Parts: sequence; structure tokens; C-alpha cells
Amino acid sequence: MWGMKPIHDGRLEYLEELANKIREKVVEMLLEAGSGHSAGPLGMADIFTAFYFHILSHDPKKPMWAERDRLVLSNGHICPVLYVTLAYAGYFHLEELKTLRKLNTRLQGHPHRLALPGIETTSGPLGSGLSQAIGMALAARLDSTHSTSSGQGKYRVYCLTSDGEHQEGNHWEAVMFAGKNKMNNLTAVVDRNNIQIDGFTENVMPLESLKAKYEAFNWNVLEIDGHNMRDLVDAISEAEAIYEKPTVIIAHTIPGKGVSFMERDYKWHGKPPNKEEAKKALHELRTLGRRIKSEHE
Amino acid sequence: MLNPQLHLNPKLFDADVEQKPIRDGYGDGIVLAGDSDKNVVALCADLMESTRSEAFAKKFPERFFEIGVAEQNMATIAAGLGVSGKIPFIASYATFSPGRNYEQIRTTIAYNDSNVKIAGHHAGISVGPDGATHQATEDIAIMRVMPNMKVFVPCDSIEAKKATLAAAKIWGPVYLRFAREKSPVITTEATPFMPGKAQIFWQSKKPQVVIIACGVLVYNALLAARELEKEKIGTVVLNSPSIKPLDEKTILGLVSKYPAVVTVEEHQIHGGLGGAVAELFAKRHPVPMEFVGLKDTFGESGSPKELIEKYGMGVKDIKNAVIRTLKRTYEV
Repeated sequence: MWGMKPIHDGRLEYLEELANKIREKVVEMLLEAGSGHSAGPLGMADIFTAFYFHILSHDPKKPMWAERDRLVLSNGHICPVLYVTLAYAGYFHLEELKTLRKLNTRLQGHPHRLALPGIETTSGPLGSGLSQAIGMALAARLDSTHSTSSGQGKYRVYCLTSDGEHQEGNHWEAVMFAGKNKMNNLTAVVDRNNIQIDGFTENVMPLESLKAKYEAFNWNVLEIDGHNMRDLVDAISEAEAIYEKPTVIIAHTIPGKGVSFMERDYKWHGKPPNKEEAKKALHELRTLGRRIKSEHE
Repeated sequence: MLNPQLHLNPKLFDADVEQKPIRDGYGDGIVLAGDSDKNVVALCADLMESTRSEAFAKKFPERFFEIGVAEQNMATIAAGLGVSGKIPFIASYATFSPGRNYEQIRTTIAYNDSNVKIAGHHAGISVGPDGATHQATEDIAIMRVMPNMKVFVPCDSIEAKKATLAAAKIWGPVYLRFAREKSPVITTEATPFMPGKAQIFWQSKKPQVVIIACGVLVYNALLAARELEKEKIGTVVLNSPSIKPLDEKTILGLVSKYPAVVTVEEHQIHGGLGGAVAELFAKRHPVPMEFVGLKDTFGESGSPKELIEKYGMGVKDIKNAVIRTLKRTYEV
């Protein structure tokens, strides 16, 4: 979205409540599915909310609209948060969320482009999203300079990546290419939540200094609190204004955000809550960590 | 005799038959495809000259992307282009693409149904002195088994050009396989090429055995057929550039009349053309069959001709295979 407006106060409150509702739905659908990833989707709820309800230029009624901004989810395993956000945005009915990972569902265990409108690319195997986003951004460049047909190439490309997938060689090949080719219509967001399946990223395979690594490859690097939507919107606006480099936004997030017993615990990377855990998690989310009383109290 | 309807090279069996690398046809083909469709783009992983991507890069510099030595990145960038209205051709040696980037091709191109064309160059043992690291002999198998993927293995530079052009026009992922060395030009501009179709290049008066071949070894198959005819053994030589989809109708039509088959390919005998044909026969029409190709072994350094002989894909080997399958047919 070009020339993005900041989020005003009333809107921010609404979006934060929406992000919390998205977290609730994530917990509910994971319980229903009986498998899937918990920590990443909860940690990225604020970022997904900001993208689909403020940043992206898109139309749920016309998912293949040529001018839409592209959001590539590279770490496909956090797709529960993508599905819930798409449903809230109006791509499909909330009821369908219950079908996650079940036979004949459009909500595959990892997102599939041909299965569901709103999915820009099939993903799951890690480290391949950024280069696909580059391909889309190259196509936009070609269309904007060489096409006479209106509307083509007038989009920006965003790629959401996990920190763990920075251990994949394919990702760094993409980083190298985007830096060399000054892909200024591309912005990457790293979910820097410090966990992966086998443990903390810095124990499994250290990534720091991530900022210096990107800078060495000629990227503009911004760091934000990944739960502060205003920070994200400001960073996205800044990225748009930079013409000489692609921008990466390192978003520091809390895995499992909003559910105390999941937060920062890598054991919640790849498993769903059981019935009791889900009940506890929903209670925390609905009472905003017991800060407010609700009918569930 | 050679099929007169296909306008094959009349000097095919002359000592001075024109020789051209099959990969040249890729270079010619992508330029023609680029001329006819502005959405055609080409990517290369630091092998511009040897994959014959140079002419396209010169003619359409804004539509050519040098990726560097990064085949996984090449496949995935192409996947992004292919879902954004472009028709990307990616070129490298087949051992690296689709060798190294198999999973990227599987997930982001085939499953994702991105409109990417994969050109695997220097395929087969005839790469020669570079040795087994650079001799792709499993690529037909790994591409053929992939859902949503088509596989074409042209027999000469002219057919390669037509296959490349056809790939640009077909929606969806296509794998094109090209050999490095100069090889006889078998077809002419007038020879028809249709994706999914096999063609009878040679038919004796009284055929007994069907030789189904693809790629550079189609020429050896023709030489074998010619010698066998002099020895009173009749054959049909079927050129099958389309491994997937396989021209089942033509193949079944032939074996119903001549129930003995030899497949010939510069590839492992498992999973390639021979595998595809054997699967078809097992299901529809079992017949005695022999496989000419690499027998579950890697190659080595040597001249292309030496290697083809040593690894059992020479004219003599094809003739022996024909005789073996013939004996088995009569024993049955």
C-alpha cells in the first residue's frame, strides 16, 4: 500500500482486540485439529492483523486482483494465524476454520496456493519464501516498466519469515540476490522469536548478529517490537521510502504470546494444546491475562 | 527404412551428417519464445554460455536474470515469477537443477503449479571428461515421478528448439533435458513435433521388435536398426521425446503387432523411459522387454563415445538387446 497512513488511537484499540480474537481462534482451531503449531501463530497475530487490516492493499472479494499487494508466508507452519486472519478479513467463513488439517479441507496443514483464495504461494519447507517473493517483485518491476496494460506491476511484495529458517542456505541465496538487485519493492519481516523445534535458536544454530548479517548483504535493517502495530506500520512506511535497498524488519516477538504457559517455551513450537490447556489458554486470552473480568471469569 | 512422411535428414546415414549439440536448440528456442511472448524470461546459474542462455540474455537483457551459483534460489525465484504472469525458463546442468534443487521444484513449482520450465543441460553420460559428478543419469526418473510435471527429451538440436517453444506455450511445469556434445541432426525444420506424441522414425518391411528411444541415443538406435535389417532382423524405431505424458496409444498400437521391445536412453535403466514403458506394459500389454541404459551405476571420465560403449549403450549393445528380446518372444 503506497503512502500508508499511521494507525489512529481508536483504530489501534480495535486492531489489538482483533489480534486477541485471532489468537482465540488459533487456539480453538488447533484444539479441533489435534495437531499443528501453537507458539508461532500466537506470536505473529499482531503482525498478521496489522498487515491484513491496515498495511496490505487487497480485496477479499477479488483474491486474484492483479494490483493486490503480495504477502508471502515463508514459514508455512504458522498458517493457523494466516487462515484465521484471512477468515476475519472476509476471504472465507469463520466456520471453515474447524476443518484445519482434516480430509478434503481447503485449510491444508501447510498452506497450498491452489487450495484456498488468498494464499500467494505454497509453503512449508523452509527457506524458500524470500526467493519466491523476489520472483514476484521482479515480475512487478518488469510489468511496471514494460507493460502498457494498466494496473500491472503496481504492487509491493512482503515476505514473512521465521528466524529458524535463516539456517537454510536457500534463504541466504535470496538475501544475496535481493541486496545485489536493490529490490526496493520487497520488504521482509523476520519473526525473531528465538525458538525452533529443537530449542532456542542461539543454541541450535546461532543467528546473531542478524542485523549485521543483513547489512553486510546491502539490506536496510529496522528492528521493532513485533507486538506494537504502530511500530510495524512506521517501519513499513520507512521501507517504502528507501529506494536503494530492500528492507528487512526484524520483529522481536514472544512465541506463544498471550498464553502464559506457552510464552517463550520452545516446547510449544510444534504442538497443539489439549482440551485442558486450550481451556486455560482461552481463559487467559478472553480475560487479557486476567487483567479484565469477563463472562468466563 | 526411414519414415518418408517425417522429412528426416536425408543425409542421416552419411559420414558427413551435420552434427550440432542438442543444447543449441534450447538457445534458439528461448529466443524464439521470447520474440513471440514478452512474458518469457530466462534465468541462469552462472552457466550462461554452456546452457546456451547467452543469445536470450543479449537480446532481452531486462528479461534475463543471472542468479549466480545458486540453483535453489533460481528455482524458487522462478516459482515467484511463474505465479505472477511470467513464463520463466531456468537453466543449469541437470545434476544441479533438478538435482540439487529437487525439493524447491517439487514444492514451489510442481505442487504450487507455477509456470516454470526447467532446462537440464549436460544430461547423460555423454558429458564425458567432467566425470560422474556432472553426468545426470537420474533426472528423467526424478522429474517423471513428480505430479504436475511434463518431461521432454529431444533427440537433436532441431527437436530441442521445437520442444522449448512448445514448453513456453504449454501451461505449467515442464522439464526439458539436453545433452552437451555435438550429435547428428536427425530431424529437419519440416519434421512435425507435438508434445505427448511419439514418432516412427524407422520401420523395416517385416518388423519383429520395437525399439523405443529418446535423446541423443535415438541415433544409435537408428544405426542399430539399419545394421539389423541387413542381418534380416526387422525393427521399428520409435522416437519418444515425450516421456511424460507418454504416447501410450502409439506404443500399444505397435506392440500389439510386434510384441518385443527394447528401450534406449542415456539414463539409468530404472525410472526413466524404460520404466515408463514397462509400467505401461505391465498394466496394459505385457511383452518381453530389454533395457538399454546405465545399469545402476555411476559413470566416469572419458570421451563421450568411449563412455557410451563402456556403459553398454552403443550400437552393438542395442543390437544385442534386440536379439535377446526376440529370443525371449519366441520362447514365450
